Amino acid sequence: MSTKSKIDALAATAGKIGDDPGVSVAAAAWRRLRRNPVFLTGAVIITAFIVLAILAPFIAPHDPTDPMLGDQVVKARNQIPESQEGHPLGGDQVGRDLLSRLLVGSQQTLLVGVLATLIGLTGGLILGTLAGALGGWVDSLVMRAVDVMLSIPGLLLAVSIGALFAQPNIYTLIVAVATVQIPIFARLLRGSMLAQRHSDHVLAARALGVKQRAIVFRHMLPNSLGPVIVQSTLVLAISIIEAAGLSFLGLGNPDDRIPEWGQMLGRAQNVIDSHPQLAFWPAGCIIVVALGFTLMGESLREALDPKSRR
Amino acid sequence: MLRYTVRRLLQLVIVVGVLSLLLFAWLRSLPGGPVSALLGERATAASRARLTQELGLDQPIFVQYWKFLTRAASGDFGVSTGVQPGDTASEIFLQRFPATLELSFLAIVIAIAVGIPLGYLAARRRGGWLDNLSIVGSLVGVAVPVFFLAFVLKQVLAVDLGWFPTAGRQEGGLDATRVTGFFVLDGVLTQEWDAAWDAIRHLILPAIALSSIPFSVIFRITRAAVLDVLDEDFIRTAESKGLTTPVIRRRHVLRNAMLPVVTTIGLQTGALLAGAVLTEKVFAFPGIGQALALGFERRDYPVLLLLILCAAGVFVLINMLVDLSYALIDPRIRTAGGAR
Repeated sequence: MSTKSKIDALAATAGKIGDDPGVSVAAAAWRRLRRNPVFLTGAVIITAFIVLAILAPFIAPHDPTDPMLGDQVVKARNQIPESQEGHPLGGDQVGRDLLSRLLVGSQQTLLVGVLATLIGLTGGLILGTLAGALGGWVDSLVMRAVDVMLSIPGLLLAVSIGALFAQPNIYTLIVAVATVQIPIFARLLRGSMLAQRHSDHVLAARALGVKQRAIVFRHMLPNSLGPVIVQSTLVLAISIIEAAGLSFLGLGNPDDRIPEWGQMLGRAQNVIDSHPQLAFWPAGCIIVVALGFTLMGESLREALDPKSRR
Repeated sequence: MLRYTVRRLLQLVIVVGVLSLLLFAWLRSLPGGPVSALLGERATAASRARLTQELGLDQPIFVQYWKFLTRAASGDFGVSTGVQPGDTASEIFLQRFPATLELSFLAIVIAIAVGIPLGYLAARRRGGWLDNLSIVGSLVGVAVPVFFLAFVLKQVLAVDLGWFPTAGRQEGGLDATRVTGFFVLDGVLTQEWDAAWDAIRHLILPAIALSSIPFSVIFRITRAAVLDVLDEDFIRTAESKGLTTPVIRRRHVLRNAMLPVVTTIGLQTGALLAGAVLTEKVFAFPGIGQALALGFERRDYPVLLLLILCAAGVFVLINMLVDLSYALIDPRIRTAGGAR
């Protein structure tokens, strides 16, 4: 399925009525998810990830910004500290404790994922709601713009945005990754609005004389929550992976005092032949977390959309 | 149908036109710029001014854009300033496009050759170990950053085991004859088999890395499509009228399940370019992706403009062909005229 048709299929689930009478879609979905091993695996991974990110400063054995060998500065590749007592994973290129950096790095990685998703969602929410609620020329204008943005491959668009900033930092990286998601969320929300436009609950509200604005904000938007949650979960994974790609291309945060997995992985490219562990650990973390979000997102999608349930 | 095609082609022209304007403005707002990239930060004001004038960057942006448009109309997209200084942007495109095309082609072939049979088998034995294993595999395939997979393949199979070359498109010492710019095809045409084989060996690892995401997508679509078709009434009809299982599978299941798969393949081919930027960097593969990465670093306006426009054009064109194929299959789309 193309991105577009995938988004549209997801949007069509907005405001659906459950199969079983008397049970809401959300309740029915939850009932299915509770026993779904795929969803549970993803949920366990993500819970562990979030707990780790919160506890990281307390459980990290060393200061992630401090060279573990004291004053001795690592100058060459062959001085990168190997695994030793007190430092089970050894050190990084500058001699900082790798384990501590991985633990603390979870915070920035979580920040990248969450902020990028929130920005993408907010932008898409505004555009998509405007287009879906107002219709007419606003709709045409917004959707043409969205189509042009969707016509550029995602990473290329992110690279284009990322290159605009003279001094890249973690926030410019987040903005670059988030921008790619705006048209996707916009299309999703517009689709959810359209799917509900002629549904019974909107018709009923209109017949009762509820104002258009109230219909959009109190009835249509809350009913679009399901598809939005599904897409957000998937975007969390995508943005963490794409942020790593941008770091690899040299558009990441140049300040590496505060660690982030994507940045650690991107920076390891020069020493990967002699010290593969510097790439493997952050890559492993990214893969596990991205997998966790994907497992959750895909099982949520299945639970919400009876057609894709198999 | 003709009217629909014309309208879609018109849309393509408009999208590329709007993009060219946006790209042009955007390139000029990038920090740094080609003058700093070429001369470094410490160049004197006079030499900077001279180069700025030489490149025509001192003129108002609308004048620059107009010049670009008029020259582009006659096929002149300007001279590269950073990627391969002195070469024209079109030369660079023509030189590198076959490389990326070869790479993408092999990647999509791998993705199809593994994804479709696996998706079919997984659907037939739904819930079996093969099904579960390949679902996990396809999910992991999406979760692994492409460049990391490329690194691992390169490190293990090329550096440690030495089975494959580590970088480039072909060994320089082979002195292969160039005919089309497609190295594998060239080797076959001139019957320089060692050159063709060497070019293939250079392609394999980057193509595997590049195929990870299209494989996952094609596998999942095939599996879902086959499951959908197996549920259909006409399969039950075919069974009840006594057709043998192989005939049903070949004539009814596979043929009907292939429709969504074919569209997916088209769309994935367009999306390959993003992955190529990462993969080509790891393998120092002289294709479009590498030129894009270099172009960004060195602020090479003409090359970036042409390459991104072509990439977006190809992407939109493929999207259009996919929509057109929908319209061919489903007449309702044509009469409704919608279909975006």
